[in-house]
Amino acid sequence: MFEKALKGNNYYWMWLAFLGFFIGIAVICYLRQYFYGLGLTGMSRDVSWGLYISQFTFLVGVAAGGVMLVLPYYIHNYKVFGRITILGEFLAIASLLMCLMFIMADLGQPLRGLNVLLYPTPNSMLFWDMCVLWGYLILNALCGWVILTAERKQVKPPKWIYFFVYLSIPFAISIHTVTAMLYCGLPGRHFWLSAIIAPRFLASAFAAGPALIVVLALILKRVANFDAGKEAINKMVTIIIYAALANMFFVGLEFFVGFYSNIPGHKHTLTYLFFGLEHHGHVYNNLVPYMWAFVALFLLGIGLISHPYTRKQSELWLGVGCASIFFSFWLDKGIGFVLGGFVPTPLEEIVEYYPTANELFITIGIWATGFFILTVLYKIAIGVEHEIEA
Amino acid sequence: MDKKRRDFLKVAGISTLAGLGGTAVVDKIVAGASPAVANASTAAHAEKDTAHAKAPVAATGKRYGMVIDVRKFQNDPSLGEKAERACIEAHNIPEFPEKKDEIKWIWMTNYENCFPEKSQLYKDETTESHQVPVFCNHCDDPPCVRACPTKATFKNKDGVVIMDFHRCIGCRFCMAACPYGMRSFNWRNPRPFIKETNKQFPTRMRGVVEKCNFCAERIGVGEQPACVEACGESKAMVFGDLNDPHSEVRKILKENYTIQRKPSLGTHPSVFYIV
Amino acid sequence: MYDSGKIIPGLIIFVLFITIPIWYNHGDAGNAPKPELPKDAKSCVLSAEDMRSGHMQLLNEWRDEVLRDGDRGTITIDGKQYQKSLMLTCMECHTSKKKFCDTCHDYASVKPYCWDCHIAPVE
Repeated sequence: MFEKALKGNNYYWMWLAFLGFFIGIAVICYLRQYFYGLGLTGMSRDVSWGLYISQFTFLVGVAAGGVMLVLPYYIHNYKVFGRITILGEFLAIASLLMCLMFIMADLGQPLRGLNVLLYPTPNSMLFWDMCVLWGYLILNALCGWVILTAERKQVKPPKWIYFFVYLSIPFAISIHTVTAMLYCGLPGRHFWLSAIIAPRFLASAFAAGPALIVVLALILKRVANFDAGKEAINKMVTIIIYAALANMFFVGLEFFVGFYSNIPGHKHTLTYLFFGLEHHGHVYNNLVPYMWAFVALFLLGIGLISHPYTRKQSELWLGVGCASIFFSFWLDKGIGFVLGGFVPTPLEEIVEYYPTANELFITIGIWATGFFILTVLYKIAIGVEHEIEA
Repeated sequence: MDKKRRDFLKVAGISTLAGLGGTAVVDKIVAGASPAVANASTAAHAEKDTAHAKAPVAATGKRYGMVIDVRKFQNDPSLGEKAERACIEAHNIPEFPEKKDEIKWIWMTNYENCFPEKSQLYKDETTESHQVPVFCNHCDDPPCVRACPTKATFKNKDGVVIMDFHRCIGCRFCMAACPYGMRSFNWRNPRPFIKETNKQFPTRMRGVVEKCNFCAERIGVGEQPACVEACGESKAMVFGDLNDPHSEVRKILKENYTIQRKPSLGTHPSVFYIV
Repeated sequence: MYDSGKIIPGLIIFVLFITIPIWYNHGDAGNAPKPELPKDAKSCVLSAEDMRSGHMQLLNEWRDEVLRDGDRGTITIDGKQYQKSLMLTCMECHTSKKKFCDTCHDYASVKPYCWDCHIAPVE
């Protein structure tokens, strides 16, 4: 089926070339980092995880979000999602590949990565994260491919594939749960040490993932003559609204616990993220604009996708609304959550993190690689759809 | 279509998966299930690895620890500097011009940074103006060891939490896990920034985590840790076996009121402070 | 065979390509390296043969025994005690990394990362 990715119009090739340009820059930047060390990033002994791990955390959510299509379609036999389930599965593949690239970019000794397999350590959450991420990647690749092949031949998918489809549902939940457990099991990091992190991650994932799929579906309708169907989009928007509200509810609960209990450790990071944290006469607030942008974009997005006019009448506003939700939760989880957790340090000092240009270009390049893979996969999927119709 | 052949292949395939893959995975996990103490696994070869996992080196029953007399550091402010220097020289610790690259094993910090959970209002003058040494607590239940995905950091048979630099992949999960902020990472090649090289101890390469090792290389041959030795007769730092009721550390612990850093986290630090 | 006109030359080009190292070196493996042996020491911790084939495993074992098992027991050769240490035992007799380690490692094109951390003798 890969041959379908090799035939496209000029826009298709221009888009791939555009992504390829950023991939090329990232390769050069990564080589610089590889030979110099992670000192080329803005990380330090006090903020020891930066953009790479925060992007990884967010993208695990995007990957898990695909299950919001798989679950209604396969468990509840919700037929309208039939056409777009493959979009969710292929998005999961692209996101997981980005996750793995971000992990590799973040390792100090990437060539020793296999040590995680050579010395398996079940008490480390990172070991389990590796297991579920790889598992989910393989499951999605398998299910997506087998079902698409069957579709192309216009036969029913083989029965055994349903076992793996059903298996992929708990895997989707577990990838994000285990990713949350990387953080919420660490003593002494008060902001992360909260039982609501896993549900909050899932809620934001089930909003951000489908929001991206809606945006992609709307774009595909214009550029690739692929209509996901009004009802499918409408149902997805409903899912996004509830999941997004759940996420904000959980964020609100964090505020309540911190500020009503008035325990300093529980308040510090929230204060730092949203209002700036004063320490020895200096106010540290470099993430404050991002956090308020998170709130503002959420309000904008939820307004646009809830109001009947913008939701049903205008695809442009619907797209803008979903994109707002996606960016909003990217700011929340892909910026604030990971970076904020390191403030203050265990010695109650404050060190702010600023990514370097090299680090930014690697990050952009990995996103570009993900979208490159996604474009190729979607091209194949839509090629098959068109073939059947023709 | 030949239904029987297909069914046979299905069953054969699944049982092969379960039989071969399944048991291999289970074996690995069972072998790795023992916590990362001492030598839960060793050599790079798998056979040796599992052989070792089945017969781990018995713990000696020792638990090395230290008592810091903060009053003595206040009386003689040069002690802190001496301990820091001794450590830097013993372990080839690089000194970078930029704070972002910083690597440190033991250093002096303010009382409120060392003990952020203690009362900070109306401190007495000595507490206000003097500093406290901080270094790895060699916790009895170390969160960093729990977090490490490769057992590169582990608790050895003497209860000392150390690093196997050969195995560290540089994921820095241990740095996030340490509630005391005692771990450093080699953000770049440390070699050019080592002032004087100690030939008895290796340097590190970029991309691995490091921290205080309680001078495992010195106590292994019956010497005292470098910082303890640097404090000399002052007894500002006393090192010994916490599990031995007749050891000097236990004697001091019996006679003095001591505190630990963040005891509420349940890590059971092996470093005690007399304030 | 269809397209044999393309497949056969393709195969020939492929075979020529993957055998470049042989052509490039004219089928000659080069002179076997002659690492310089210590002048004053006669015996090593193992026989020369075992060391040649297994020194890397031995170093790994030493590393794990000393670091992970805390077993710092010594090795006795000709009545003299030695520690399990690359820096303090091996390089005590083999005083030159360049003339000993590197000669074979360069020849075999292996780049062990020992010396990224362990300190080679001054030369």
